[in-house]
Amino acid sequence: MTPSEGARAGTGRELEMLDSLLALGGLVLLRDSVEWEGRSLLKALVKKSALCGEQVHILGCEVSEEEFREGFDSDINNRLVYHDFFRDPLNWSKTEEAFPGGPLGALRAMCKRTDPVPVTIALDSLSWLLLRLPCTTLCQALHAVSHQDSCPGDSSSVGKVSVLGLLHEELHGPGPVGALSSLAQTEVTLGGTMGQALAHILCRRPRQRPTDQTQWFSILPDFSLDLQEGPSVESQPYSDPHIPPVDPTTHLTFNLHLSKKEREARDSLILPFQFSSEKQQALLQPRPGQATSHIFYEPDAYDDLDQEDPDDDLDI
Amino acid sequence: MFVELNNLLNTTPDRAEQGKLTLLCDAKTDGSFLVHHFLSFYLKANCKVCFVALIQSFSHYSIVGQKLGVSLTMARERGQLVFLEGLKSAVDVVFQAQKEPHPLQFLREANAGNLKPLFEFVREALKPIDSGEARWTYPVLLVDDLSVLLSLGMGAVAVLDFIHYCRATVCWELKGNVVVLVHDSGDAEDEENDILLNGLSHQSHLILRAEGLATGFCRDVHGQLRILWRRPSQPTVHRDQSFTYQYKIQDKSVSFFAKGMSPAVL
Repeated sequence: MTPSEGARAGTGRELEMLDSLLALGGLVLLRDSVEWEGRSLLKALVKKSALCGEQVHILGCEVSEEEFREGFDSDINNRLVYHDFFRDPLNWSKTEEAFPGGPLGALRAMCKRTDPVPVTIALDSLSWLLLRLPCTTLCQALHAVSHQDSCPGDSSSVGKVSVLGLLHEELHGPGPVGALSSLAQTEVTLGGTMGQALAHILCRRPRQRPTDQTQWFSILPDFSLDLQEGPSVESQPYSDPHIPPVDPTTHLTFNLHLSKKEREARDSLILPFQFSSEKQQALLQPRPGQATSHIFYEPDAYDDLDQEDPDDDLDI
Repeated sequence: MFVELNNLLNTTPDRAEQGKLTLLCDAKTDGSFLVHHFLSFYLKANCKVCFVALIQSFSHYSIVGQKLGVSLTMARERGQLVFLEGLKSAVDVVFQAQKEPHPLQFLREANAGNLKPLFEFVREALKPIDSGEARWTYPVLLVDDLSVLLSLGMGAVAVLDFIHYCRATVCWELKGNVVVLVHDSGDAEDEENDILLNGLSHQSHLILRAEGLATGFCRDVHGQLRILWRRPSQPTVHRDQSFTYQYKIQDKSVSFFAKGMSPAVL
């Protein structure tokens, strides 16, 4: 494979992963943890949406606008509409500069748009909202925003909406996380091992079974994605090339192999609980005679043969 | 400050990073040596320090500070250190009639929703003085510790909001640093503390976690320190690095060594 073919194949696979995350629309849940942070992947998805020409809104609650925009070049930064809820989210400075209604008001305002342009809304972070708003209110708002394009009769006028939500898994109990998970069309859970990040992607397509895939990846400084094969084999410590592999079936005192006749006999054996036509015939025919086996039992001195009181012989 | 810890963190008072949140946490051991380290570190770096000390008295920190080569009394007199002594001023809340809200006003109110008065105190203490010359390099907020606020009745989200506003003001607006200590309850099922600890972990740039040894108390190794860098300024190949060292606290310093390499063992 020439280097250019390899590069095209690489970008093809990269597009596949980000495309598959953005293609379904609806709510995309990015579940991260302290060790494996998800903001870089969120920014990679934001960059991809911006490059595809979508309108991108960011509800920034956790980090400052400068920090979020860091790493994006200017044409991407010009396409991002940033709603800053970092400086004064609770209106403690009493200046009413912030959007009235706070982040929830901003989210609800996005339900009322009527453009045909596809829109991506990035929530940084969904955990911030979930800690301060009742779970039901937040879920209703998310449902209203992410399902705008599925109203019958209106579907041609409103473009596809994707909502990217960054969720810090350790902060919430299983109830709220489960509620958000059931709302999500796509869920990405981040993990990894040995310094290599892994995305576990669950896609719920309508009227199809949910699909599950894992992908090793890393995020480059310009927030493009680099797909990888996984931790390299050389880094595994326990495979030593100097010791030849040993066949454990040599030098045994018992026979592990089957001869041809034994193999045929084994294959033709009918399993006892398998119901076949022969067995049905055998059961339906009347029994040829009495059972030929008897059980002889000699009761001990301590045995109690009285079936009504089985505990009588316990010395309590 | 402990020179060996500076080496591990690859920093000196002259060239420390700005705009960062450092989270100190301890589990099954006492992590207050880290607080003393950062207090003396930032005083030596000529920063304006606001210390919200809710656990110990001023004289305690002053005595330890002298061992580490800083004089808190002099720092306070020349205006470099603003010290909120929680133990003393908690009494003032009850007995003195204050016109403006006291920083620890939440102690008095039955349903205190937020820590806004405490934030206003911090902002007032660290706001730059328009006197023309910049005496101090950058402002630093130090809190010892946040878990006691949970014990005093504040919710985890209220404490997170307080730190959020401190980050917005001190880290982002004033390009300073914030260092906070949170205790990790470990086995005890403290959900509020876990929310606080995990919420701060996600926002921190550097997490220093002092843990007791799993096998119990030891005379020569007092614990182990886990250092986790998050959110480096440039995402490099080795982002989110984590290192673990064991330490022994001595009278005026702390010595660090790799696991199993304690001088007492070798």
